[in-house]
Amino acid sequence: MSSAKKCNLPSTSADSVEAEVFSLSASPAELKAAAKKIRRHIVTMTGRAGSGHPGGSLSAVEIVTTLYFKMMRHKPRDPHWPDRDRFILSKGHAAPVLYATLAECGYLPVSELCTLRQLDSFLQGHTDCNLTPGVEMSAGALGQGLSFALGVALAGRLNKQDYRVYALLGDGECDEGQVWEAAMASAHFKADNLVAIVDNNGQQIDGWNRDVMNLEPFPAKWQAFGWQTIEVDGHNFSQLTQAFKKAKQIKGQPTVIIAHTVKGKGVSFMENNPDFHGSAPNAIELDLALKELE
Amino acid sequence: MKPEVSLRETYGKTLLELGMENQDIVVLDADLSRSTMTHFFARELPERFFECGIAEQNMISIAAGLAASGKIPFASTFAVFVPGRCFDQIRMSIAQPHLNVKIVATHGGITVGEDGSSHQSVEDLALICSLPGFTVIVPADAIETAQAVEAAVTNYGPFYIRLCRPKSQLIYDEDYRFKLGKAVTLRKGKDVTVIAIGLMVKEALEAAQNLQGEGIDCRVLNMPTLKPLDQAAIIKATETGAIVTAEEHLEHGGLGSMVARVVVQNQPVPMEIVSLKDSYAKSGKPAELLERYGLTARNIEKAVKSAIKRK
Repeated sequence: MSSAKKCNLPSTSADSVEAEVFSLSASPAELKAAAKKIRRHIVTMTGRAGSGHPGGSLSAVEIVTTLYFKMMRHKPRDPHWPDRDRFILSKGHAAPVLYATLAECGYLPVSELCTLRQLDSFLQGHTDCNLTPGVEMSAGALGQGLSFALGVALAGRLNKQDYRVYALLGDGECDEGQVWEAAMASAHFKADNLVAIVDNNGQQIDGWNRDVMNLEPFPAKWQAFGWQTIEVDGHNFSQLTQAFKKAKQIKGQPTVIIAHTVKGKGVSFMENNPDFHGSAPNAIELDLALKELE
Repeated sequence: MKPEVSLRETYGKTLLELGMENQDIVVLDADLSRSTMTHFFARELPERFFECGIAEQNMISIAAGLAASGKIPFASTFAVFVPGRCFDQIRMSIAQPHLNVKIVATHGGITVGEDGSSHQSVEDLALICSLPGFTVIVPADAIETAQAVEAAVTNYGPFYIRLCRPKSQLIYDEDYRFKLGKAVTLRKGKDVTVIAIGLMVKEALEAAQNLQGEGIDCRVLNMPTLKPLDQAAIIKATETGAIVTAEEHLEHGGLGSMVARVVVQNQPVPMEIVSLKDSYAKSGKPAELLERYGLTARNIEKAVKSAIKRK
């Protein structure tokens, strides 16, 4: 267990040895293996914490893995590298998928993941950008991340930096009016360095989106707000990669990738089960989950 | 008598001057740039001005993203909309990560006037002062406004500056030097201390002048920085044996509450709070409203006498 308030392990740009840019050469098999490791971390860390949000973390594994292992320019040993691509986790409750991915990339030691949600851990229940290396935004209050990401994108444009900004939103999060304020503004400002990804797992705490608050016609809404809108199977690496590449090509328009996913993906009894939105697996369930993820 | 000068116009022009010198300054507004006076900046430096439309929540989180990327964003609208309309955005996007966003809210208090209670910001100071790490300033005149805006640029961290709508009489001379977190003794006195902010500073000085004729020697402090509060100046004020506060804000969570907190924990003395009480105001001319709701020199005088009687 860590007693540190901040994770000091990764070195910064002040170090004498220059931090390396993360290699994006992962093969399809390596991507798959990374995703499996990340899933194992997610169930283990939430299971050990006894609380957390495994469902919406598991649904986003391929999205986040593709970004960190195939798409984004980043330096795990220099989390504040000015030219890095930015990943903004707007659905802050999916912190476990981000922590696990950051650990697999080398931002923080894998051994620290089991401190999730413990007092004095730098892995808070929802993301805290002051504590965790590689976390760009403190999130957890839904609806703010796309606006924040737009601010980061506008700063990049002003600075003539060519970094790209990726914001991951939940579909339930899109109930929030601020998401649509940001959607309108991003198109208005022609933020073509901004990509929103919606983890469209179809469920939120109280049940299916369609019963809680119908979002449909969802892609048409984004199109109407002026976004290049791409729909993909959010568990398919190749479709995700293609969509991110397509997003890079368009000028004068932001891109949204609506990633159709399964909540709790990868663990049979967690899949499409809203009970695992905000509850961790118990010890028996954790064992079963890890067996399925072998 | 000193001239009346617009705090808002001073803000707008100061922001433009500072923006000319400092490339990192960017400005955001929510469809009120001609009222908040950020239009001066918008006209000269359009590439660094972001018109966000009538969407304050979005504006605040965009400002946070800009700040997280090294910019110094100034976000402006009416005080009733920020922090009121976007409190959670200020809390999570700005205060929690302690980002370098400067919120300058105009049309604070009831002197917005005829627009009525929907536009009269009477809770903003309580809301914003509750947020850890925020610096909160209520300038008393245009000279102080310009320097407060400069201080917001030179000091890292989240700032909230509240300005009033009407022009207001200058309190200070050009050689005044605003010091962040420090109260200003505008008048020495030994019988009672009046601590005031914003438009009430002028009323407090007038009250002190009138009370002098009745043999009451009033100390007057301007408390431009509400957070961090100048506790030392408040504790020192207890030596006068009585304290009166005056503000254009609800009693709950405003200047009076903040001063009382320091007083009772250090050196209790009788206090009176001249402020808006637990209700909303109405439409009317600014002067009529100040009169109706007791934010006047005369009412400060009454409060002073009442506090002294309880010594």
